[in-house]
Amino acid sequence: MSARIAHIAANTFREAVRDRVLYNLIAFALLISGAAVLVGQISIDIERLVVINLGLTAVSLFGVVIAIFIGIGLVSKEIEKRTLYTIISRPVRRWEFIVGKFLGLSCTLVVNTFFMAMGVFAALLYVSGSFQRGDGWVLVALYFIILQFIVITALALLFSSFSTPLMSAVFAFCLYIIGSFAEDLRGFASLTRGLTRWLATAAAYLVPNFSALNVVSSVAHQQPVAGQLILYNTTYALFYAGMALSGAVLIFERRNLK
Amino acid sequence: MSNRRATTVVASFSLMVCMLASVLLLRGLDRIRTATTLEEVLYISSPKLLKRLSLGYQGLLADIYWTRAVQYFGGKHHAGAEHYDLLAPLLQITTELDPQLLVAYEFGSNFLAPAPPNGAGLPQQAIALDEFGIRHNPNDWRLYYDLGFIYYTDLKDYPKAAAAFSRGSEVPNAHPVLKVLAAQMAEHAGDLQTARMLWRATYETTGDTSVRANAAAHLRALLVDEDVENLETLVSIYRQRLGRLPATFADLEKAGMLRGIPVDPLGRTYKLSSDGHVEVRNPDDLPFIRKGLPPGYVPPKTPKFLPSDQG
Repeated sequence: MSARIAHIAANTFREAVRDRVLYNLIAFALLISGAAVLVGQISIDIERLVVINLGLTAVSLFGVVIAIFIGIGLVSKEIEKRTLYTIISRPVRRWEFIVGKFLGLSCTLVVNTFFMAMGVFAALLYVSGSFQRGDGWVLVALYFIILQFIVITALALLFSSFSTPLMSAVFAFCLYIIGSFAEDLRGFASLTRGLTRWLATAAAYLVPNFSALNVVSSVAHQQPVAGQLILYNTTYALFYAGMALSGAVLIFERRNLK
Repeated sequence: MSNRRATTVVASFSLMVCMLASVLLLRGLDRIRTATTLEEVLYISSPKLLKRLSLGYQGLLADIYWTRAVQYFGGKHHAGAEHYDLLAPLLQITTELDPQLLVAYEFGSNFLAPAPPNGAGLPQQAIALDEFGIRHNPNDWRLYYDLGFIYYTDLKDYPKAAAAFSRGSEVPNAHPVLKVLAAQMAEHAGDLQTARMLWRATYETTGDTSVRANAAAHLRALLVDEDVENLETLVSIYRQRLGRLPATFADLEKAGMLRGIPVDPLGRTYKLSSDGHVEVRNPDDLPFIRKGLPPGYVPPKTPKFLPSDQG
């Protein structure tokens, strides 16, 4: 079972690399080196701040775009090319296919993030001359960004298990934006009354909470991230991704592929 | 059981467990991130920059900031805070993003100006916020009322309060109370009646639940102050007439000086002490009272009277 999932995951990774997904690293490298040179020259005392904010935001946005656009095609492309029939005619279960695809894309995003993180640290070293103690928190921010990708990938897979690629992309993007304001959504819900409050709270708890996974601003100010937050965010992201994946498996299992 | 059925059962179970766990974890995250969210919000403290970043959706962003301001104050008041450092910038950002959001100015005059723990203790910033509001909404009488309210209640600057009420009374469709308040300021500024008129106007015209609860608490306190003063006067008249202090309020009733046992605005009977002083039974429930407090009474750090203080 695990070998079959690993094969699907490895193939998904290979396919993403073959599809030149990692080419985004070139754009990222240009952006971050350009920013580093620019802020290094204008010297406005916030060079480190700019590099961390810009670098981590770019890592997040590039990754989200990849997670959504590759994620929505993971199932539909296999159906379109009819390669899915070859796979499921073998002793591969549908849920193994979904989980393998999820792990493959997650690995692609981790590798992609690793290279981008190297770029951020290189730019940071260029503008400050040396690393500071607080820079270690950037790693935590990067870890949270990866958790964000895991949740988005699972959601993209969920949508692609029952919808067209275009609609899946729209759903995933909308949920990403709503999730970025998740805490405000719960704030709005708490100000309502009665049945509206109940419904709004339920909706607010069902959308992914990306705001808790965003610590870019605080690490840019070298503020530490609480260990409790790391623990909660990790378990939350894993459970949320598990929920979306379970939904994807349930739908895909019953989908008529004829 | 077929493979497909087994997968469906396992996936359904996993879906339920994961959903439940993520909701519980989210509640935990909310608990540990209460303050963090707002601190992060104010990394961008420039309303102008926020306006640019909102890509034209500043109305929506103003609503978000307004919600944050209300939650920030409510949450901190409930927790018994003594400082509200972020209230002023949150309200400033809110109103600069949407200068027509009148409830934010009203909230500012009620909770930005009063001294801690019932407010941020920043009357000058509350005035600046209101003047900003007046510049953008010159025909809204409420803003002049709020301005006069700050001058009267927090700064005791009656001439400036009168000027603000007077300016407001000239606005088309202004509430008639503004003209009366402007006149009252000249001669009866310190009177209980003037204060009551002001708080009643706030209570009757506001749409904000916290502002209304604040006004109601002040109106109750004014009523207690008046009751205690009147009852103590009756006690001293009784003493002059009969040469001794009444033991209970029933004595005053028997003497024909009272029509019944007097109760406070919450329906609890007043207490008559052996030295003739009148006291309330539970001063914690009647914040802002100045009379009727038991000797040696230490008020709670933050009185509980806002809707957010419940639960």
